[in-house]
Amino acid sequence: MKLVYFAWVRERIGKAEEEVSLPDGLVTVADLVAWLKGRGEEYDYAFENESVVRAAIDHVHVKPDALLGHAREIAFFPPMTGG
Amino acid sequence: MPALVRVQAEPFDVAAETALLTRGRADIGAVVTFTGLCRDEGGRLDALELEHYPGMAEAEISRVAAQAEERWPLLGLTVIHRFGRIAPGEPIVLVLAASIHRRAAFEAADFLMDYLKTQAPFWKREHLRQGGAGSWVQAKAEDDRAAQRWAEPPSGPDGGQI
Repeated sequence: MKLVYFAWVRERIGKAEEEVSLPDGLVTVADLVAWLKGRGEEYDYAFENESVVRAAIDHVHVKPDALLGHAREIAFFPPMTGG
Repeated sequence: MPALVRVQAEPFDVAAETALLTRGRADIGAVVTFTGLCRDEGGRLDALELEHYPGMAEAEISRVAAQAEERWPLLGLTVIHRFGRIAPGEPIVLVLAASIHRRAAFEAADFLMDYLKTQAPFWKREHLRQGGAGSWVQAKAEDDRAAQRWAEPPSGPDGGQI
């Protein structure tokens, strides 16, 4: 699965994207975040205020309880500030 | 009619985009134009840098545009959003909404901007005149509230045409 990061989430993690193999038992986006936070302090820092970080599955906004399913690409990013 | 949606680094020409939208048309009675510009924040800012999520930016703007077209009787819709480094005075975003009457065009443009600000995957970072990259712009609660007001259904089934 491809993970992509934007803005200060990208800067805190220190990379724009990565390919990961998820362990069994991860069902929701919140599960994925919990797993990522255990991978190193850079992830812990990026998700320190977990409720602030937004997620998208295959280019569609989702909530933390969204199912990972057969997602190809999951993105994490701060609240948007375009316009 | 699907909206014209573009995500690009280059500046855009408001007059040319308006002409493109209305060329050869005799049915349009109103075009509302919104242009968002980069401001210098009282001389503090050297530029804004806009990061975006390629692919999702176009998809999300198109989804919001489709909602606007479902909600108001539009005869044309153009949304252009820039990314990259943008200097004060330069345009960032353009919304053109065309309809028979002004009300639908005003409301659709207003709706689009409120939703673009909170839903389209763009992030602004400040570059300061003093030198160096400044901080990421914080999302504003007032923008969330502005988008929230559209969750209420419009006043009438015709979208409040006048």
